[in-house]
Amino acid sequence: MKFAVIQFPGSNCDQDCVAGINSIQGLQADYVWHKETSLRDYDAIVLPGGFAYGDYLRCGAIARFSPIMDAVVSDARAGKLVLGTCNGFQVLCEAGLLPGALVRNRSLRFVCEMVTLRVEVPDSAFTRGLAEGTLLRMPIAHGEGCYFADKQTLQALNDERRVIMRYANDRGEIVPDANPNGSIENIAGICNREGNVFGLMPHPDRACDARLGSADGVRIFESMMQTIVARHARAA
Amino acid sequence: MRVKVNVIVKPKEAVLDPQGSAVRDAMRHLGMPEVRSVRIGKFMEIEVEGSNGDLEKRLHGLCRDLLSNPVIEDYELKTSDK
Repeated sequence: MKFAVIQFPGSNCDQDCVAGINSIQGLQADYVWHKETSLRDYDAIVLPGGFAYGDYLRCGAIARFSPIMDAVVSDARAGKLVLGTCNGFQVLCEAGLLPGALVRNRSLRFVCEMVTLRVEVPDSAFTRGLAEGTLLRMPIAHGEGCYFADKQTLQALNDERRVIMRYANDRGEIVPDANPNGSIENIAGICNREGNVFGLMPHPDRACDARLGSADGVRIFESMMQTIVARHARAA
Repeated sequence: MRVKVNVIVKPKEAVLDPQGSAVRDAMRHLGMPEVRSVRIGKFMEIEVEGSNGDLEKRLHGLCRDLLSNPVIEDYELKTSDK
């Protein structure tokens, strides 16, 4: 099964994503340069972290007009799984594939630390086999990760169970102390209405090896793989 | 003809502006306790060659698509002949 990892000028977690995905049996990741125009050969798309186009103007604002983004948007609309982590999440919001926006951390500080995430939606394409309340450990590294959405959007996200993960403490409680960046309602990751596009501020790609602190990120990529296998089985 | 375009982009009222709050606190600290609030945005100076009829309309389009993010920001656009 092939995953595309998009490389924008300024991406810097593309190698983490490729290494993480390739460490999982059954998955193969390729770099796809942002000037490419087709993602036909891939089963899933990953937008990595970094500072695409220097994050000039706003994070993700210029990357969203890269040539490859037409293919990302059309494949996403056709139902292909798309994961955006960190800067990738920002690009997905700017591209209109996910609602809301990521703004400057409330602390004004760049935060680089391990966080605990509580799985809020157990049956999503990205959290198969993870029970509600499962706690995952992943690193964050961002200056603009404060999720913002207006009241209506927030209501819809909650009503439609599209907040996939929230920042939690070690006991799984969603409390202000566990919120590293000021995101509303401790939101760490959301999906689109169709459930095939997932934006996550923390880095599953940097949590694919227990020797580096956590292998919980593997669960996300494995879940994507299982979702795709299940789809193929249904189609067959 | 050359047209000068000024675009101001500001965070929406509902959006937290921690940068503005930090500057407000610094201003109070530096002897101006009267400061109620500070909002920090961006100012863009743009020069455009020529000015066909729909220039302003196209500029507004780019303000919405690129120069600002309508989810979190408002913008003001002013054009003047040079």
